[in-house]
Amino acid sequence: MATYTPPLREMQFVIHEVLNAGDAFKKMPSYAEVDVDTINQIMEEAGKFAAGVVLPLNRIGDTEGCTRNEDSSVTTPKGFKEAYQLYCESGWAALACDPEYDGQGLPQLLNTVLYEMLNSTNQAWAMYPGLSHGAYECLHEHGTPEQKKTYLKKLVSGEWTGTMCLTEPHCGTDLGMLKSKAEPKGDGTYSITGTKIFISSGDHDMAENIVHLVLARLPDAPQGTKGISLFAVPKFKPNADGSVGEGNAVSCGALEHKMGIHGNSTCVMNFDGSIGTLVGEPNRGLNAMFVMMNAARLGVGMQSLGLTEVAYQNSAAYAKERLQMRSLKGPKEPTKAADPIIVHPDVRRMLLTQRAYAEGARAFTYWVAFMIDTELNHPDAKEREAAGELVTLLTPIIKAFITDNAFTATNEGMQVFGGHGYIAEWGMEQFVRDARINMLYEGTNTIQSLDLLGRKVLGDKGAKLRKFGKIVEDFIAKEKRTKGMSEFLEPLADIAEKVSKLTKEVGMKALLNKEVVGAAAVPYLRVVGHLVYSYMFARMAKVALEKQNSGDPFYSAKLSTARFYFAKLFHETAYQIRAARSGVDSLMEMDASLF
Amino acid sequence: MKILVAVKRVVDFNVKVRVKADQSGVDLANVKMSMNPFDEIAIEEAVRLKEAGIATEVVVISAGPTQCQETLRTALAIGADRAILAETDAELQPLAVAKILKAVCEKEQPQLLIMGKQAIDDDSNQTGQMAAALLGWPQATFASKVVIANGEASVTREVDGGLETIALTLPAVVTTDLRLNEPRYATLPNIMKAKKKPLDVQPVAGMGIDVAPRLKTLKVAEPPKRSGGIKVADVAALVAKLKNEAKVI
Repeated sequence: MATYTPPLREMQFVIHEVLNAGDAFKKMPSYAEVDVDTINQIMEEAGKFAAGVVLPLNRIGDTEGCTRNEDSSVTTPKGFKEAYQLYCESGWAALACDPEYDGQGLPQLLNTVLYEMLNSTNQAWAMYPGLSHGAYECLHEHGTPEQKKTYLKKLVSGEWTGTMCLTEPHCGTDLGMLKSKAEPKGDGTYSITGTKIFISSGDHDMAENIVHLVLARLPDAPQGTKGISLFAVPKFKPNADGSVGEGNAVSCGALEHKMGIHGNSTCVMNFDGSIGTLVGEPNRGLNAMFVMMNAARLGVGMQSLGLTEVAYQNSAAYAKERLQMRSLKGPKEPTKAADPIIVHPDVRRMLLTQRAYAEGARAFTYWVAFMIDTELNHPDAKEREAAGELVTLLTPIIKAFITDNAFTATNEGMQVFGGHGYIAEWGMEQFVRDARINMLYEGTNTIQSLDLLGRKVLGDKGAKLRKFGKIVEDFIAKEKRTKGMSEFLEPLADIAEKVSKLTKEVGMKALLNKEVVGAAAVPYLRVVGHLVYSYMFARMAKVALEKQNSGDPFYSAKLSTARFYFAKLFHETAYQIRAARSGVDSLMEMDASLF
Repeated sequence: MKILVAVKRVVDFNVKVRVKADQSGVDLANVKMSMNPFDEIAIEEAVRLKEAGIATEVVVISAGPTQCQETLRTALAIGADRAILAETDAELQPLAVAKILKAVCEKEQPQLLIMGKQAIDDDSNQTGQMAAALLGWPQATFASKVVIANGEASVTREVDGGLETIALTLPAVVTTDLRLNEPRYATLPNIMKAKKKPLDVQPVAGMGIDVAPRLKTLKVAEPPKRSGGIKVADVAALVAKLKNEAKVI
């Protein structure tokens, strides 16, 4: 079975040494008390919970899966419910929630750390509280006072969970085609009818009630995405005193059989005249739902970081123990039957690929989480706005770049094991299967790429991207003369310039032919992703250079990983830039009938 | 009833320790440190006694450098009410710690002093016994069950032959074994509350206690590397080798 040690030192490095979050929080009134010691202690205890309670359920969840009973109720794998109860009793669900609703009011950054650990230990399990938190954020921002009163404390405590119900059998990416109906009942409530599919945590036995956030159309709604409204539909109707009342007409019609995340109940949900209330304004449902979708997209990035880390830990341990063949330079451990496979260059490539993708993703996601905290809590309006713009720009990159990389990384982790990687009991093939969904849900990675290039970059004529470019430029200017930094700054400056050129070129070509965006988007996102990682690795290298003579080998390992990244992974940009520039003709010239 | 729990900050159980090049000890630089797992059991037991209405206050003490405050905060997050750090950068051996505990017990007047039966770093298994001797209190080591009633502690001990139950008059010293309980996970609200609980730092230098080491470490070395095994022809050869070469039977 796979093991997991919370990478606390790695996490502390990013939080305290790269981001200096403790100092920054002092300027944010609601986080003023969140100092270094507090952060460390919360991380330490969160790590104990993840490794001690959640990890042992990972393989059980994978082999057992969920069961739909005859009465359409769903039973989760053995132990899931008890672990969730302990999670709620321990207050983890409330970590980053509003104190007005009994939350702990702690930074998003800490929630991100918590979720990295939960996802390393059990992605399928972590999805239950993860989606609830998304539902909490959506209702917190767009709910009516009545909805907030009914739902928020229950979601914060974890007594109730939440879901997001978007997809229908005929409508996945294109929500404009959505058919579910909402009829006003005349008493302020609505009757919701329709079928939703792929509903993660749709029904289960872990909480006493579930609130579904459902997209549906009002009778007079316009066609397309401008006619979609959002509704809160409880599994059981809440009584006035907050207790659980009679059942609502919503049920799980079937469970999907999936490649991975078997422990999560992925449901077909039937709404048969179920009673719900409107969230936000009529026909502006997508706007409200985007709060949850953006949270979920960052959450998916965390899932993939979690899997990358745990795959790395297990394959690194295996590579140090597994004896096969001799080093090409002659035996390294002559007393043993063979050398451990970590002596082989390509095994190291596989390990370092995982490690670099884990370190890059950690620095990136923690930085963005820190930006979200800044956006929500910084006293200076300009800082808040700037941080918000960065988060908007970077969200599709977190979702797509990290999940692509995690599939590569978990695959490499499995490869390190040779044939044993394919055998279930080692746990490595589960990581690959679980990682695969992350490239698909919450908007496929192609959709993320179109969102980045079409909406976030070309949509404002590159304004947000230039602001990010300015951050990179300022960093380069500041560190240009720092001894030892040139090997990291040169590729960073190079890729920054190339992204700028590529953006202009694609933008110009797109004016003549809109399909150019569709052809260039995916390689474009890979290139911008590497720009972000180059920036993160350069920032980490700067800290590591300052401390490399401290006697702590941690810092020289940081530099080695950064060097590996720039030597072996970064150059993907060369090929992706060519692919992005190569236009659309080769894709479109063949007649569809010839496929 | 007041309970005093002694906790030690040690190398985390997950860490693979390395011997220093000069063989003067184990390399502690940049190594993750945690609460001694046996002491976690002691804290858990004290907090359970408080939750059961038997104890009224749980005070936790550690002796060592300023970083021990982290360990004390962990104990406060599990449920201790307040903490004392006997602060010193000097090396502390079990006798020195026992003397510090004696001084604190005389001041705090607890009815029960609980700690782990040993610490996972040096495995001395001495501090509890020495503290009991210095205080003149009865002691029950290797506890796997503790029942407090009528001014007495009934303690089940894990001894070589099985289980032994003894009764102690309070105040007494109890050292905990692994099976006494399973420590809880600290809750987030309690972690936050722990920040605000009192933590009193008292320099050991000001206590008037002689903490000078009585033992001198000559050398710390790694265990010898395991050499390869051999195959024997039959059981008789195996028995002969165990008898004559390994001299274990």
